[in-house]
Amino acid sequence: MAFVSSGYNPDKPMENRISDIGPRKFDEFYPPVIAKNKGKWLYHEYIQPGVYYHVAESGDKVFTVRVGGARLMSTTHIREICEIAEKHCDGYLRFTTRNNVEFLVDSEDKVKPLVEDLESRKFAGGSFKFPVGGTGAGITNIVHTQGWIHCHTPATDASGPVKATMDVLFDDFKDHRLPAHLRVSLACCLNMCGAVHCSDIAILGYHRKPPLLDHEYLDKMCEIPLAIAACPTAAIKPTKIEIEGKKLNSVAVNESRCMFCGNCYTMCPSMPLADTEGDGIVIMAGGKVSNRISAPKFSKVVVAFLPNEAPRWPQTTATIKNIVEAYAKDAKKYERLGEWAERIGWERFFEKCELEFTHHLIDDFRDPAYFTWRQTTQFKF
Amino acid sequence: MAKHKTPLLDQLESGPWPSFVSDLKQQAEVRAKNEANIEFQIPVDVVEDLMGVLELSFKHGRTHWKHGGIVGVFGYGGGVIGRYCDQPQEFPGVAHFHTMRVNQPGGKFYTAEYLRQLCDLWDFRGSGITNMHGSTGDIIFLGTTTKQLEEIFYEMTHNLNQDLGGSGSNLRTPSDCIGQARCEFACYDTQALCYGLTQEYQDELHRPAFPYKFKFKFDGCPNCCVASIARADMAFIGTWRDDIRIDQEAVAAYIGGEIAPNGGAHSGRDWGAFDIQSEIIDNCPTDCMWMEGNKLMIDNKECNRCMHCINAMPRALRIGEDTGLSILVGAKAPILDGAQMGSMLVPFVKAEEPYDEIKEVIEAIWDWWMEEGKNRERLGELMKRQGFQALLKATGLDPDPRMVQEPRSNPYIFWNEDEVEGGWERDINEFRKYHQR
Repeated sequence: MAFVSSGYNPDKPMENRISDIGPRKFDEFYPPVIAKNKGKWLYHEYIQPGVYYHVAESGDKVFTVRVGGARLMSTTHIREICEIAEKHCDGYLRFTTRNNVEFLVDSEDKVKPLVEDLESRKFAGGSFKFPVGGTGAGITNIVHTQGWIHCHTPATDASGPVKATMDVLFDDFKDHRLPAHLRVSLACCLNMCGAVHCSDIAILGYHRKPPLLDHEYLDKMCEIPLAIAACPTAAIKPTKIEIEGKKLNSVAVNESRCMFCGNCYTMCPSMPLADTEGDGIVIMAGGKVSNRISAPKFSKVVVAFLPNEAPRWPQTTATIKNIVEAYAKDAKKYERLGEWAERIGWERFFEKCELEFTHHLIDDFRDPAYFTWRQTTQFKF
Repeated sequence: MAKHKTPLLDQLESGPWPSFVSDLKQQAEVRAKNEANIEFQIPVDVVEDLMGVLELSFKHGRTHWKHGGIVGVFGYGGGVIGRYCDQPQEFPGVAHFHTMRVNQPGGKFYTAEYLRQLCDLWDFRGSGITNMHGSTGDIIFLGTTTKQLEEIFYEMTHNLNQDLGGSGSNLRTPSDCIGQARCEFACYDTQALCYGLTQEYQDELHRPAFPYKFKFKFDGCPNCCVASIARADMAFIGTWRDDIRIDQEAVAAYIGGEIAPNGGAHSGRDWGAFDIQSEIIDNCPTDCMWMEGNKLMIDNKECNRCMHCINAMPRALRIGEDTGLSILVGAKAPILDGAQMGSMLVPFVKAEEPYDEIKEVIEAIWDWWMEEGKNRERLGELMKRQGFQALLKATGLDPDPRMVQEPRSNPYIFWNEDEVEGGWERDINEFRKYHQR
């Protein structure tokens, strides 16, 4: 493994340096049918779940085949995607915001061989490499965060629960039977780099134990004022600790005020929260980002805690499946999960989804909490 | 023979959904065989050690990655995230396992040729493991060593004409929906605006000068496929201000059952015959639609452009022609004071190059936020702390009822002295002439 230089000279970092050039320009990568008809599309229709076409003013059509996949992806897998794109699509492809891959072709006769090729490819372990689906009134791929594969703050894994959940929801990835589309998202901690707070169903990693305090190292590793300032409930204060006769600067945590957000750990590595029993999953439901019919909504907490049950998180996936089935059975056409819950009332939502309503689900965090309590005599028995 | 036993991960190889474990295993094997004869610049067994450490996390229910670490490329303050394993003795291949964010092309369109060039670079100088893509939109290169960072950046900029994305307290990599490239609903060219602003603000993207992260996202219409309204400090959402275009023949075809509603999105169930009254007209949030004989009528002035009728009958109804975008500001995830949705700041602006009007708003907001924002305070939090009026003052925009859901229900108005006749300077003795103590 001999070091191979790129040409970069560490002694003269500015020599021949190129910077601030930004991304490659989008139109370098447009398939010809896209470049020709951009801004002139008329309408689209689904041929089957995962396969749809757009018609342009020119009469041109572009057929898209959408496949799901893990966003954690090897170069070996990407090279296979490239091979498929070259075989069927003149070397063009795109990814969607929700980690799907889309293969685009310019005539209908190219669709069937492409779909058959994609569906025929399986990993050695038996799972599909490129399942076709994820469109229309069904469930598309889960957007998610890093989890245990690469992040320092997670309260659950990401790729694991996503794989387990999509296995359970797979039929709806390949179907259009739901009242509207249903978006599932996962964030492995409250930082929500995946922004799951407006999803039909959100899987959120959450800690339940206050930070451990590594007093011996805390003042060496952290800026104590920043750790104190990071706490949204002012539960952290400076203190002195005596260890082996030495007085050390550290912090004390008022544990009854801790909301387990982990913001202190973000600022101070000597305050870890991760814990086998303490960490797990919150299920939220009823959010959306679309402005269609009703305004965008936040997801609401419907299950306060489920344990981390690696490798397949059975309680989490069963809970999600129940919610999906109750929604599929009861909601009206076009109605999103949150719109359904609001129409039938949240008391009915808990009943229909067979979810227990516990005190954890009543908001007690600052002013907005009040606006979520019921200030009317209107309720259902 | 695998380097580490992974009995828990192995259970994620079954089931129909693509298994990331199977993918990691095939990658480990490809590296071990090295049929392409690559002179790997980081340990050949990096993927095996990655699986090993992940298995340990599955066993412990806790992550084994250490907190951060300041690494990067010269002159940039973002684009690289330091990552170290907390069990380096057992998993030396991932002892240093830094992330690089690579700024994705607009619409996430690629050619196989370009993707292969990225793969070649990443196989040679990194783990060969990626995210396609990260949540913000970047291509994520997962796992390389410190020494390779400058080498990768050099090759990327010199050979691939490709730059890094953002991280830390800077402009994060902007991202867009597919837009006009392949969507009839797009009200402006999201990719052109996204690319234009990304290029304009390269300095802000690479060199952290902000109180905290700042995100731009570009949605072509109110369907918000990239969730700009929920997660972007500034969301640019396409809209129009003239009339929905109606093709009455196509309306009749929908009513007659010749065209499936919503592009056939409900094909998995028998919902019965299409009923324009219950499915479209009764679902209209502003009650601005009705039938006159066989004709669908829309009182466009009352339409709030929710997109339902257009989504449901794309062959009959089209967005208007006087298009532009709305700017909503201040969205963020819950850390710390709860999640915030974007708030309407600019109801309508044309999206035409060189986008000067849009840039004026952006720069006014940045000036205000950089002056007033506290360390790690998002724009939405500053808006809450100082009030919407402060945002109006900073941007010079006039108040508009479109900016609020409803007017305030308390009368605690912070009147400015110059708004009150005579000002606040008064003489108590003059007052006492008429009002005894």
